[in-house]
Amino acid sequence: MKPVAPIDQFALELRGLVKCFDRPAVDGLDLNVRAGEFYALLGPNGAGKTTTLRMIAGLLRPDAGTIRVAGIDALADPAAAKQIMAWISDEPMIYDKLTPLEFLEFVAGLWGVEPALAQARARDLLAWLDLMPHADERCEGFSKGMRQKVALAGALVHDPRVIILDEPLTGLDAGSARQVKSVLRERVDAGGTIVMTTHILEVAERMADRIGVIAHGKLIAEGTLEELRLAAGQGSGAGGATLEDTFLALVAEQAQAA
Amino acid sequence: MTAQPGTAVWFAQHETRLVWRDWISMMTAGRRERLRRVTIAIVLFVAFMHVVADWSVGPYADAVPDRQTLIAITASILLSWLLMVSQAMESITRAFYSRSDLDLILASPVTADRVFAVRVATIAAAMAMMALPLAGPFIDILVLRGGWRWLGAYGVILAMGATATALAVGLTVALFRLIGAERTRLVAQVVAAAIGAAFVIGLQLAAILSYGTLSRAALLQSDVVLTHAPELGSLFWWPARASFGDGEALAGVLAVSFLLLAAAIVLVAPRFGEYAVAAAGVSHARTAQGRRLTAFKKASPQSALRRKEWLLLRRDPWLVSQTLMQMLYLIPPAVLLSRSFENGDGAYRLLVPVLVMAAGQLAGGLAWLAISGEDAPDLVASAPVPKNFIMKAKIEAVIAVIAVVFAPLVVALAFASPWHAVVTAAGIIVAATAATSIQFWFRTQAKRSLFRRRQVSSRVATFAEAFSSIGWAATAAVAAASLPLAIAPGLMAFAVVAGAWFMAPRAPDA
Repeated sequence: MKPVAPIDQFALELRGLVKCFDRPAVDGLDLNVRAGEFYALLGPNGAGKTTTLRMIAGLLRPDAGTIRVAGIDALADPAAAKQIMAWISDEPMIYDKLTPLEFLEFVAGLWGVEPALAQARARDLLAWLDLMPHADERCEGFSKGMRQKVALAGALVHDPRVIILDEPLTGLDAGSARQVKSVLRERVDAGGTIVMTTHILEVAERMADRIGVIAHGKLIAEGTLEELRLAAGQGSGAGGATLEDTFLALVAEQAQAA
Repeated sequence: MTAQPGTAVWFAQHETRLVWRDWISMMTAGRRERLRRVTIAIVLFVAFMHVVADWSVGPYADAVPDRQTLIAITASILLSWLLMVSQAMESITRAFYSRSDLDLILASPVTADRVFAVRVATIAAAMAMMALPLAGPFIDILVLRGGWRWLGAYGVILAMGATATALAVGLTVALFRLIGAERTRLVAQVVAAAIGAAFVIGLQLAAILSYGTLSRAALLQSDVVLTHAPELGSLFWWPARASFGDGEALAGVLAVSFLLLAAAIVLVAPRFGEYAVAAAGVSHARTAQGRRLTAFKKASPQSALRRKEWLLLRRDPWLVSQTLMQMLYLIPPAVLLSRSFENGDGAYRLLVPVLVMAAGQLAGGLAWLAISGEDAPDLVASAPVPKNFIMKAKIEAVIAVIAVVFAPLVVALAFASPWHAVVTAAGIIVAATAATSIQFWFRTQAKRSLFRRRQVSSRVATFAEAFSSIGWAATAAVAAASLPLAIAPGLMAFAVVAGAWFMAPRAPDA
């Protein structure tokens, strides 16, 4: 596990975050993610993971609480917070009638990236993601994996410091998933911060520096895999329980307590 | 009772259930609790249409099938039938290209011809059903006032639905064979739009070239048409005669129509699976279609958004065909304008409301696409750009298209009559602004592909947009003649827009 930044350098700070729809989706959530950290947010369906990420990305306004992104109050100055963030959902947000390069040009325009710099980055990203042969084709005929890779390139073209991903590997084949994971790992190694939800626990286990478990809109456990195992009473070390065992134990424990 | 699975009857039951639920969902905008209100609204609409019908066709219930009457009825039938052909072509194209449940059905061991036979029959029935709410009240009044013989008109509507669908199947399949699956989608949609507009536009053009007006009736009642029309005993009049209750004509029209439909089904159904598979291959086989991007352009977020809107609009064949449909209606006024130059008469005053109305309608459609039809709403919302900047850029994209389309016509009009050009320009600006504002107030989040069903999301917005455009067109028409008199229709149009603003949902911002 790579060394993480000092605790006072938080890339993301959530305090008392609340969002209610018919019932509370996020219920007084406190969360800190350090700069340069890969943070995986796990939880059962309906736990409030996506709602939390959408509030961080500025797509939903919380009913209460605060969100700070690299020290910027995201609710008071959303544009400044968005400038250093990128958001990717499980459903790739691209335009069928644009080519990947045109899409990246559009995204670069939205984030105000210099054209020459954006173009160089776009070509690097497309090459990295094996999309260069399709750079001038419209996205309408692309597979789910190709679309997700285009969306990922769009998220990275403005070189964000914090990347928020909601189930980015859903529906990807093994090759595409590996490429996406490799790109994400590289961003973290370069000092970027990633907050990601996933149902693929193996991904969280292998990639995340820290893991948060959320249920009923509350953080019920947080830490490294070892720390989570201890919290769940699952033992530690090489022969310890898998993340799946640990996760299920934590969720069951929380359900019993509720 | 459920039929044997896999049979045509079983598919028919399945299709009927889907069509019914789809219709209910469309009418209630997906909210079952609205069903009672929708039912009451339909009953009121039908009652209102009967009043309108009584006023407009009641006096003609005892008409005899002379040549002039037959011409008028035949023209009405032809007009409605062409619109049905247009709609049927669009439905047939969707039957081939829409994947929805087709992959499931084609992957099953059931033969595809049964599915197609049922779907074509459903489309034919739907075409007839669509005409009933509009034509039914007129027929009812004619029956009430003129006797049972007018019931034959219902048979004519069924025949129109059958023949329109048969022709649509024939045209679409012919396109498949002639130009292949990839091009058929676009061409069929454009042909459908052109057919829908062709008759109205053709009649208007003929009227303009002959009489210098936009009136269709002028041409139909002219001596030229009366002289050249076929003899009263001609088969050409059978549909009109069938409407009058002529038993022989009705039987003939129904027999020919259903034979044509059956022939279309029998001839095409066995190859439906093949066509559907070819259509499915279009999106997957697509390769390099975009322009080769050599260098990124410097762009502010607003200009990036504007450029994106224009690019998406230009590249979407379906949207282009829908817009083209609206643009086609501008051809007659353009011809009228050119003739006004030649003749030096004052016919150009007719142009004012036509252009204003067209601008309002076009702006409404484009505004929905730009404001509500965003395929990547999260991406745009997560950009570091204030919301009002985003909305402003999208509205600017709409206004720019309106300006490009209408500016040449207004400039041309200015040479003929500066006053009419000023009134038209003002009317276009106001109508386009009003339609765009209504779409802004009633904005929703939807895929651009749902453009066809945009009216479903808000009936209030749909009616407000239509009445606003009509109101501003009327205001401009009156203003062209007398500015002070335009205050009354102007206030009414303003009231429509204000009412829409008042009724618009006040959604909390994210």
